[in-house]
Amino acid sequence: MTKREDRIGVFVCHCGLNIAGTVDVQQVVDEIKKYPGVVHAEHYMYMCSDPGQELMRKAIREKGLTAVVNANCSPSLHERTFRRVCASVGLNPYRCEIANIREQCSWPHTNDKETATKKAIAIIKTTIERLRLNMMLTPLVIPLTKRALVIGGGIAGIQAALDIANGGYEVVLVEKETHLGGHVMELSATFPTLESPRDFLIPRINEVMTHPNIRLYLNSEVDKVTGYVGSFSVKIRQKEKIVEEEVGAIVTAPGFELLPREKLPVFPDDPDIVDGLQFERILSPEKLVEGKIKRPSDGRVPQDIVFIQCAGSRDPEHGMPYCSRVCCMYTAKQVLLYRKAVPEGQAYVCYMDIRSDAKGYEEFFQQVMSDDGVLYVRGNVSRAFRDGDKLKIWTVDTLSGKSLEITADMVVLALAMVPRSGTRELARKLNISVNEHGFLTEAHIKLRPVESLTSGIFLAGAAQWPRDIPDTIASASAAASKVLSLFSRKELLHEPTTAHVDEEVCSGCGVCVPVCTFKAISIDEKKKVAVVNEALCEGCGSCAATCPSKAMQHRNWSHRQLLAMIDVAGGGYV
Amino acid sequence: MNNKPFIKRALVIGGGIAGIQAALDIADGGYEVILVERSPSIGGHMIQYAEVFPTLDCPQCIMTPKMVEIAQHPNVKLMTYAVVQKVNGSAGNFEVEIFQKARKVDVKKCTGCGTCWQKCPEKVSSEFNAGMAKRTTVYIPFPQAVPAKPVIDTEHCRYIHYQQYMAGKREGKKPPECRICEKLCPVGAIDWEQRDEIIKEKVGAIVVATGFDLMPLSRIPEYTDDADVLNGIQFERLLSPSGPTAGVVMRPSDGKTPKEVVFISCCGSRDPEHGVPYCSRVCCMYLAKQALLYKHAVPDGQAYIFYIDTRSTGKGYEEFIQRVVSDGVLYLRGKVSRVFREGDKLSVYGADTLSGKRVEIAADLVVLGMAVVPSDGTKGLLTKLGIAFDEAGFVVESHTKFRPLETSVPGIFVAGMAQGAKDIPDSVAQGSGAAGRVLTLFAQSASADKALAVV
Amino acid sequence: MDLAYYPGCTLKTRAKNFETSALAVMSALGINLVELPRWNCCGTVYSLAEDDLIHHVAAVRNLIRVKEQGKNKVVTLCAFCYNTLKRANLVMKDSPDKRFAINTFMDEEPDYAGEVETVHLLQVLRDDVGWEKIAGRVKHPLKGLKIAGYYGCTLLRPQSVAIDSVERPTILQDLLKALGSTAVDFPFATECCGAFQIVNNRDIITERTSAIFGSAVKNGVEAIAVSCPLCEYNLRQTQSSTKQPQSGVPAMPTLYFTQLMALAFGLDSAVCGFEENSPETRTWLKSKRLIS
Repeated sequence: MTKREDRIGVFVCHCGLNIAGTVDVQQVVDEIKKYPGVVHAEHYMYMCSDPGQELMRKAIREKGLTAVVNANCSPSLHERTFRRVCASVGLNPYRCEIANIREQCSWPHTNDKETATKKAIAIIKTTIERLRLNMMLTPLVIPLTKRALVIGGGIAGIQAALDIANGGYEVVLVEKETHLGGHVMELSATFPTLESPRDFLIPRINEVMTHPNIRLYLNSEVDKVTGYVGSFSVKIRQKEKIVEEEVGAIVTAPGFELLPREKLPVFPDDPDIVDGLQFERILSPEKLVEGKIKRPSDGRVPQDIVFIQCAGSRDPEHGMPYCSRVCCMYTAKQVLLYRKAVPEGQAYVCYMDIRSDAKGYEEFFQQVMSDDGVLYVRGNVSRAFRDGDKLKIWTVDTLSGKSLEITADMVVLALAMVPRSGTRELARKLNISVNEHGFLTEAHIKLRPVESLTSGIFLAGAAQWPRDIPDTIASASAAASKVLSLFSRKELLHEPTTAHVDEEVCSGCGVCVPVCTFKAISIDEKKKVAVVNEALCEGCGSCAATCPSKAMQHRNWSHRQLLAMIDVAGGGYV
Repeated sequence: MNNKPFIKRALVIGGGIAGIQAALDIADGGYEVILVERSPSIGGHMIQYAEVFPTLDCPQCIMTPKMVEIAQHPNVKLMTYAVVQKVNGSAGNFEVEIFQKARKVDVKKCTGCGTCWQKCPEKVSSEFNAGMAKRTTVYIPFPQAVPAKPVIDTEHCRYIHYQQYMAGKREGKKPPECRICEKLCPVGAIDWEQRDEIIKEKVGAIVVATGFDLMPLSRIPEYTDDADVLNGIQFERLLSPSGPTAGVVMRPSDGKTPKEVVFISCCGSRDPEHGVPYCSRVCCMYLAKQALLYKHAVPDGQAYIFYIDTRSTGKGYEEFIQRVVSDGVLYLRGKVSRVFREGDKLSVYGADTLSGKRVEIAADLVVLGMAVVPSDGTKGLLTKLGIAFDEAGFVVESHTKFRPLETSVPGIFVAGMAQGAKDIPDSVAQGSGAAGRVLTLFAQSASADKALAVV
Repeated sequence: MDLAYYPGCTLKTRAKNFETSALAVMSALGINLVELPRWNCCGTVYSLAEDDLIHHVAAVRNLIRVKEQGKNKVVTLCAFCYNTLKRANLVMKDSPDKRFAINTFMDEEPDYAGEVETVHLLQVLRDDVGWEKIAGRVKHPLKGLKIAGYYGCTLLRPQSVAIDSVERPTILQDLLKALGSTAVDFPFATECCGAFQIVNNRDIITERTSAIFGSAVKNGVEAIAVSCPLCEYNLRQTQSSTKQPQSGVPAMPTLYFTQLMALAFGLDSAVCGFEENSPETRTWLKSKRLIS
């Protein structure tokens, strides 16, 4: 590579006050204009906006720019935006680089305008030095297998599978259990209409079983996943048998389970202390004898029943710090069903805050609460223990400031929702991330809620976060829509800024192979050199940093570029 | 069953975050989309916010790329300053009449240079700044507007008034002829002759994403109407770097830094007598966020939040509330009975139900978490579409639990706040979800009979 | 025009001046308030207990007396009586079970089903007479006087019996404006005065009325117009018992709105019975040359 005589343009964004509040953007522009090769520099309030982009186009055209630096926020936000702008006026998009002067400059240095301004200038200068050696690249074209894998046969997986299958593509649906339907199948009724969920679920399950586009694997687990967006190879373990399927996209919907009771020693192991799902089964129409609820220990009708909410939720010490979102409402529903079955009975609900925050929920809760046989007590339960034939519950009424002892026949615990066991292992196989509680992590919590950070893998349902049935279905349809969008393309494009090997230099030592988190490098045993699968490479740079002979280089992040950057950083800033 | 061809083209009504997401996903799925937005720019309410919980992202940073993508997407036909006025037909064959208000600006000529809106002498209250600042009558609502081409607000334009006066359609003093925008426009884009238009389109599916408004303060007369009593969106603008105070927190009445700020949850929500019976779902979180941002801006200030129940049910939300509490924001469980001015201060009378005591706070600023209601005009639109809605005006889903994205009419789907109060991730998920239903419908229409049977 | 009039006990004892002034101003407006030939106590306080029907009997009996006169509307002066009668009537109108029980209990009386509408005199002035007509009758406008209307609770709460906006009523201010005065709004116009807590918890009254006066002073109020004998009593009692220093809140002149009407209409001040008002009220009236 020889140094070209580039005509460089620099565009400095204010990002409102995010940058301009700390960095003197005018000074930056004045300084950069003097830098060798820079023929244009300007600043603007929001460079990412339509008028900002128009400024760029105008300058590229009129000044004949051959390379562009955008000094603004992190490249993860707007690199694509500005590269597209360049492409729209005929400049190779890889001749555009981002100088991050927000996350790496204005945000950490809000109290020191002078230094921040100097640093911003230095960051831009280093970016210019890198840019001078940037190659013109074109994206890689990757084949696309228009088949999807859906993991999990609960309500989320069923919805996603049907949406994709009805969208005209084949779906491989894998379910751990021997039947479809997940936890929703176990519910006695859903509020507010008190319908049996089976009325809806069974026709949908039948549709899945008979759908020409769906291949169903029951009693099966995903064993191994290799490949990348567009071309995943999936090994599915069905008992002793291993089946292999090729898919282009994956929807992950393994669902939830309840926090194990033993995590909460406050509640002893007692047959009459049941969790929410167990109580659903006690309430299910086929279990009721003459419409009556029977307690597990002796079959008597419980006359006093205590529902304990937030059992392990919002409780960082014993359980989980988060709210499980659905318990307030299913408890209210269970209270209503209990009162219908036992009109002379008294129900107590111990709660912290009532969270009836979706459509129709508040009204439903008010209806339940206004029943004379229902008493909502605001406070945390400190103990529950057996006292002969009865259970004693010690709690507090924070509204009167008094402690209370309730004598009850039965206790129902709204245990915290946690990811289904095995979710962490599954995530590891798929190479997607989970948060500290094991819930699947989305690409952006606000704006990319159903995408994982690994492209081609999408998320649905309660494995991502506790959510109720309508939100689960919406997320599943959303994940399906992402798959359908992906499949509507003719081919897939992959970033060309990957690692590549200089075979002349490479000794085939293999140090780079284990450092690659994307499993993109292998050793060609014949040639004794490393080989990069560019479709898998995400361009993280670990291999290039590890390579002892510098045979492994990252396109547009070459060692020469890095040295040139360090050179100017040393002279310009330190 | 009809024999007409199934039209694989969609209409999305509403250009907020739900509508934008739905339109992008359908367009990415390979089908044409018409996105109709009533105001001059897409962006909806989200673009008005200062920062969004729980990550404190700046919505301009995360939303502008999507807006620009809408503008540049080859499959998206964007119609702003337009409303849907008539719909006929059924899934696969909807005939839609769209009323395109005259912009009075030729968008083909206009470069968005900004001369007109910088020089226009007539100023009126800015909708984008929730009435806290002025805008000119030829305007783009905010700097990142998409499209970045202005409209002339004919209700307030001096020259339009002049024309009406000369035609005998306007009483009173003769307005000035003005026409400054026309004189200064370097490309001659001002077009006084441009008329409202009715544009007919045919689509196969519709997504309703008409969003929300806040309940007006007048519904709660015990909270006085005062310059220093703001609703949630107004306070967002006060916190926003692009807002009327450039992000400096000050009292609108006198510009002083407010040292005591009271945030009131459930203003009209969960209150069937004054307001609405339902919970507005987002207020607990945005008030907590606002209190935190206020504490960042005024570290020696005191923030109080009155609440009934805190509802932090989303991912990372409970942790966020705990952070706000530990940052010194005082939570008081109780309702506020009155807010009124007493000299330099606002008196806030409330109850702390945990101590059983009455609380009186002399506040500098009061922020009201007003109830979320369907956006103005929603009921009229839904009636035209022939889809069912509830008492409040929210779209009724085909099944509350299992068909949350379908409406009572096959081929029409719903996303975002139009269906009920919800936050940004849920709105985005619903936008994508509704798009998914549209893509599935279009795919199935290969055999049109089957499509209609499944929808 | 004749209107059936229910006075209630207080109007015949501690609030005679309210009644005499009201009768005089109404007759000046061409309306005769015709006292019911027979009436009894209204029951004083509407009972909120669901199963306490016996407390509604007294009120219902009075409404039956009105119906016997061939009338379907009765006027009250006392805000408490208004509230009790109106709410008892709602029970008879809207709750068939309770109506049946009460009618059965009063088997000596004709059956009653909520046919009589109870109105407060302020409603008559607003809805039947009109502010314009009242303004037209004013001979000596109360020009420049900064008077605030004080509503108390019982004319406005609960919403089902409110004579005006519950949270932001204007009816008294509208009347005061019609009389030519500068009607002042103040935040405490709808705060409770403490009501019958006066019987055994005088401190509550002192605290409440001090807050009310304090707020009025801050807003430049000179005098307060009231519509309820109990409010008037509490405001007056606190003034004489606290004698200023206790709370630092100066005593404030307090009058019935009908007394202000009589002054503005130029009627003989004898109908006002000012000797029943507080000494501060009389001093203020003299300082403004409204009485000699």
